[in-house]
Amino acid sequence: MTTKTTVLNLTEEEFVHPGNRACSGCGLSIIYRTALKALGRDTILVVPPSCLTVLQGLYPIAATQLPCLNVTFASTAAAATGVLGALRAQGRKHTTVAAWAGDGGTADIGLQALSGACERGEDFIFFCYDNEAYMNTGVQRSGTTPRHVLTTTTPVSGKPQKSKDVPAIMAAHGLDYIATASASYPIDLYDKTVKAKTFSGPRYFHIHTPCPAGWGFPANLSVKIGRLAVETGLFDLYEIERGRFCLTGKSARMIGKKRPPVADYFKTQARFKMLSDAHIEAVQQEVDEKWERYEKAGVPADQ
Amino acid sequence: MHIIESGNVAAALGVQLAEAAVIAAYPITPQTPLTEKLSELVDAGEMKAQYIPVESEHSALAVCIAASSTGSRTFTATSANGLLYMTEQLNWAAGARLPIVMCVVNRGIGAPWTVWNDHQDAVSQRDTGWIQLYACDHQQIVDSVIKAFALAETVSIPVMVCYDGYILSHTYMPFELPDPEQVRTFLPDFSPQYALDPLCPKNLNTVTLPDIRPDIRNETAPGYMEIRHNLHTDMRKSLGILEDIEKRFETVFGRGGDPFIEPYRTDDAQYVAICMGSLSYHLRDVIDKLREEGVSVGVAGLRVYRPFPDKAVAEAFSGKKGLIVFEKALSYGYQGAMFADIKAALYGCSDRPFVKNYILGLGGREIKTTELAGALRDSCHPGSESADASEWIGLKM
Repeated sequence: MTTKTTVLNLTEEEFVHPGNRACSGCGLSIIYRTALKALGRDTILVVPPSCLTVLQGLYPIAATQLPCLNVTFASTAAAATGVLGALRAQGRKHTTVAAWAGDGGTADIGLQALSGACERGEDFIFFCYDNEAYMNTGVQRSGTTPRHVLTTTTPVSGKPQKSKDVPAIMAAHGLDYIATASASYPIDLYDKTVKAKTFSGPRYFHIHTPCPAGWGFPANLSVKIGRLAVETGLFDLYEIERGRFCLTGKSARMIGKKRPPVADYFKTQARFKMLSDAHIEAVQQEVDEKWERYEKAGVPADQ
Repeated sequence: MHIIESGNVAAALGVQLAEAAVIAAYPITPQTPLTEKLSELVDAGEMKAQYIPVESEHSALAVCIAASSTGSRTFTATSANGLLYMTEQLNWAAGARLPIVMCVVNRGIGAPWTVWNDHQDAVSQRDTGWIQLYACDHQQIVDSVIKAFALAETVSIPVMVCYDGYILSHTYMPFELPDPEQVRTFLPDFSPQYALDPLCPKNLNTVTLPDIRPDIRNETAPGYMEIRHNLHTDMRKSLGILEDIEKRFETVFGRGGDPFIEPYRTDDAQYVAICMGSLSYHLRDVIDKLREEGVSVGVAGLRVYRPFPDKAVAEAFSGKKGLIVFEKALSYGYQGAMFADIKAALYGCSDRPFVKNYILGLGGREIKTTELAGALRDSCHPGSESADASEWIGLKM
């Protein structure tokens, strides 16, 4: 990047109307607004049922200024394939096709279509906004819900299983560009989206997206909580560019530095209240081992 | 041009002539040779289309839905469980009013697995909002595919062209291949009602409330119920459109007929056998034999199942003594679905025939001419209407 992106030089053009139907403090409204600025006007969106369907509003009023195809839950990446097929057939090759799905629509019901589209090398950008449960239907567990978390389908003792590492699954498809991002670092997401547009073929974003209603924290703390997830080393900002793993942004700057304990993150949210000290200690150990590996391997950082 | 090809290739050539721009398909027996042929035509540069080999039937129709929403003519094909796997998408395509054309190469559905022919796959999808056309031979397959695009794009409703697996899909018959120039005259370029376009952004298929609602210009927009009522109304109107298309096809290509019911020796018959697909041609031999015996019977092939041509059925069979419905499908726990539909269509006729139902050929059970003749001999006389349940032909246990 020649010029550092800041809120001051970010494009003023807005593609998401204010006053939409997202909950207050919704992490998705931050990332959707920011990434759409980076995607620009020549974009077609594909969206399955999710919180985004709600954010976009009720017929005949829409909160998004870009053309958008709402599709069935399992079909996001296949539908993006269809848009691309028609654009190719019509010689409209300049338009970006961007799919936006939640963690359920990506990691669970949408995974087959996403895998198929990635294997076919479809030329789209897939954004998974991961709020770590089925929030739109009322906080049911998903494949990316972390272990021990309380949801409405793991309501007493929490989810017994680990979360699914979707970026790793995407990496196994040999994609040229994979990035993680966080709703608390929107400029990082903006820059990565601009960068993703310079690649072709399937590109994948996995975005940590705090959800006050589903995670059980006050709406004014969304950004703080998202930052804590990164600062504690639980959620890492990185890129995998043509197979090369690289920590980015805040995560890159954390190499060799002391991290706050993961307990600081867990205590901010009601969904973690079933975590025992032993659970927290086990997670802390996993995180410490992961960061030890980063440091040992000398993971390159782009900063 | 007169050629000899399989039913699947006839369908593929129809798609080529119709110049479908985006084709998505997933292999399933007995549909596979159709999509193999299309992939070959595209790969060899003989057809300018995007052929997208998807990872499932659900995705095949997702591709067609999205490509059609982006303004391209689209095609897919499937059979049996593949069609059932699409069910959610079938309803979505119809609700979104997309003129997709799909060939359904009819096959029985599991469990247990069967790869052989019956009509349960398409009939079970009767209420998805798709138009269903049934072909009796290879000529009707290729012609129906071309007519289906014209119909779908006129009424903005997706169309299934159904034909019997193996009996038609894998047999070779001579047929007239329509002339490409004449097809272009008959079927103009697709001009979509709407298409995804950054220059004119629209949010398609958003959540719609139970009630009507004003838009930002304060103009009233329909609610879910109005949108669905429009689909139904346009489905009913499409019967008339189908008649017009059949006439126009006849003008251009010199062949055609009744788009709803294809009759054979029914005018002077007191009793009529009725069915869908290739069985109606099979029954012609039986009718000829029975006529020699003095049985007053003809056969009618139902060519469109949804929208149901109720008026045509009432007009065609009012005044007949009996109507014998042969079906390769049924509504489990009741009777043949077509049988129930036909009875409903005849209910308002003052001079209606009795209607009798035979279920046969499920999962490819051989349908013997002798059995058909026996059933008709049993049925074509006064008093045979006493049977109130569907009878089964060919059961061996």
